[in-house]
Amino acid sequence: MKTAVSSDLTKQAPNLIVWLLLLTMPLWVIHVGGYIELGSRVLVLGLAAMALNFLLGYTGVLSFGHAAYFGLGAYGAGMTIRYLVPSTGLGLVIGTLVGTVAAAVIGPLIVRLRGVYFAMVTIAFGQVFYFIAFRWSNVTGGDDGLTNWTRQSLDLLVAKVDILHSSTAFYYLALVIFAIAVGVMAWLLRSPFGRTLIAIRENERRARFLGIPVDRHIWISWVISCAIVSVAGALYSLLNNFVDPRALYWSQSGDFVIMAVLGGMRSFWGPLLGAAIFVVLQDYLSSVTENWMSFVGLFFVLVVLFFPRGVLGMIRRRVAT
Amino acid sequence: MTQLILFNVFNGLIVGAFYALMALGLSLILNLSGVINFAHGGFLAIGGFVAYALIPYVGFWGALLVAPFITAVLGLVVERLLIRRLYGRDPLYSLLLTFGLAFMIEDGTRFIWGAQSLPYQVPGWLLSPLSSSYFFLTGYRLFMVAIVAIAVIGLFLILGYTRLGVRIRAGTLDLETVSVLGVNVRLLRSLNFGLGVYLAGLAGVLAVGQLGLQPTIGSSLIMPSFVAIIVGGLGSLPGTLLGGLLIGVASGVTAVLFPSATEAVMYVMMAAVLLVRPRGLLGEEGRL
Repeated sequence: MKTAVSSDLTKQAPNLIVWLLLLTMPLWVIHVGGYIELGSRVLVLGLAAMALNFLLGYTGVLSFGHAAYFGLGAYGAGMTIRYLVPSTGLGLVIGTLVGTVAAAVIGPLIVRLRGVYFAMVTIAFGQVFYFIAFRWSNVTGGDDGLTNWTRQSLDLLVAKVDILHSSTAFYYLALVIFAIAVGVMAWLLRSPFGRTLIAIRENERRARFLGIPVDRHIWISWVISCAIVSVAGALYSLLNNFVDPRALYWSQSGDFVIMAVLGGMRSFWGPLLGAAIFVVLQDYLSSVTENWMSFVGLFFVLVVLFFPRGVLGMIRRRVAT
Repeated sequence: MTQLILFNVFNGLIVGAFYALMALGLSLILNLSGVINFAHGGFLAIGGFVAYALIPYVGFWGALLVAPFITAVLGLVVERLLIRRLYGRDPLYSLLLTFGLAFMIEDGTRFIWGAQSLPYQVPGWLLSPLSSSYFFLTGYRLFMVAIVAIAVIGLFLILGYTRLGVRIRAGTLDLETVSVLGVNVRLLRSLNFGLGVYLAGLAGVLAVGQLGLQPTIGSSLIMPSFVAIIVGGLGSLPGTLLGGLLIGVASGVTAVLFPSATEAVMYVMMAAVLLVRPRGLLGEEGRL
């Protein structure tokens, strides 16, 4: 295993490029045919896909139910602002807490399962929250979604930032939160804890023989991953000023997984790249055809057949040979 | 009140029978090949739509016989062209592929037959109630239960007493040894997949008479089938059957007592089972 920390410039180059692109996004996105909300969407869904990949790519556990925690974060934030306090910051905090607590409670029920069974149980559990959001319509708005609320201006001590009317300001708020969440994940992956997760991915039995409490590690990794997904969910509802049960539906979980796979599960930035490709493609397809669902489905099939390692995985392979 | 409860228990039993039929097919494929066939609901919908298209030509009974076979043949083609390439790889890939297929099938059926519910003709004499005090006991409902029962018994007979069935069961336990003993494992997996899809197609033909025929019928039935497998026990077909019937009846009863929790109750059951007995009610030890 190569050393993780390296001051070598060539190794830091990808990080520099990513951050530079993200920081300057509002400047160039319009010139390549996009718009700032699209950039924010890539950022937020990319964060969700990276969080999923913490579990999928680095712990080797296949979760197909992350939409549940994404949606809980989204509803948590939206309902806080709608019913409790009109505060963006509080909405983010409560949304994240709701998703994290739900994941922590469900965790012990599923950490003993592996592989396809883990996937199946996580998908099934995700549906509970979908039905709650769907049925509890006098509070959640049911199928029509939670409306009549908007994100609020940020009241920092030194200045007031109007993130509601300036989509650029909201983008930078999302970027700050993205940076914190991604930083935490990167730091964790370099810590002994993160190395242990990778050891579990590589050979669970050996890890167990070494005395590592595997189930507990998977539980912690699951909770961290779901917590960050719920951060992304909270941001997503703030971005749209709206949330509906589809954010909780199992097809949303599938979208996260395909983003991670498409970009490259074995690379840290892969899921972000996957999210960018997926979001832009979906945006384009739904504007040109009513049958975009077929094309998205076809896209899934093609990715599995021809790009199972993802874009970054392929590039890395090409460079290696 | 007793009549209402009886009515809903019976209703739940019918829905549970669909869940079970579909879950049995899923379970067969999962146990032998380690593939979660997300497109299973799609195949169910195809079964229903093919039957709808065939009824004008071959009648209700003809469609009941032919449509599941056509669905199974389609399943075999899909297995041959796509899913076969993914055996032995990380289960993630077959999951994603069938997930995409499910999207394509749902959208494709919507493209061909439209999004609204289609009228589905069931012979009139099957629809009349058998008894006036138990108005819900129509012939069609009993008929559905009977067909499901026949299909399930047939499946267990095939698995128990035919060469194919014995090989499937052996392959579930140890595919490598079965292969070493000279069995064509590729063919075995194909036939097993076809058998599973046949059950989905049959469930589709029956379900549309009860639940209506629309493109989303598959995606609405696939989740309960997962729950049925988990509750019943991973790796156990009798468990899957039991699980399907249990969650069907549970949501039927809940529909009377606490209507807004009709869908949620099966997930609560799943949580309870996982808490007390992680391998499921009839699951074998060590097959987690």
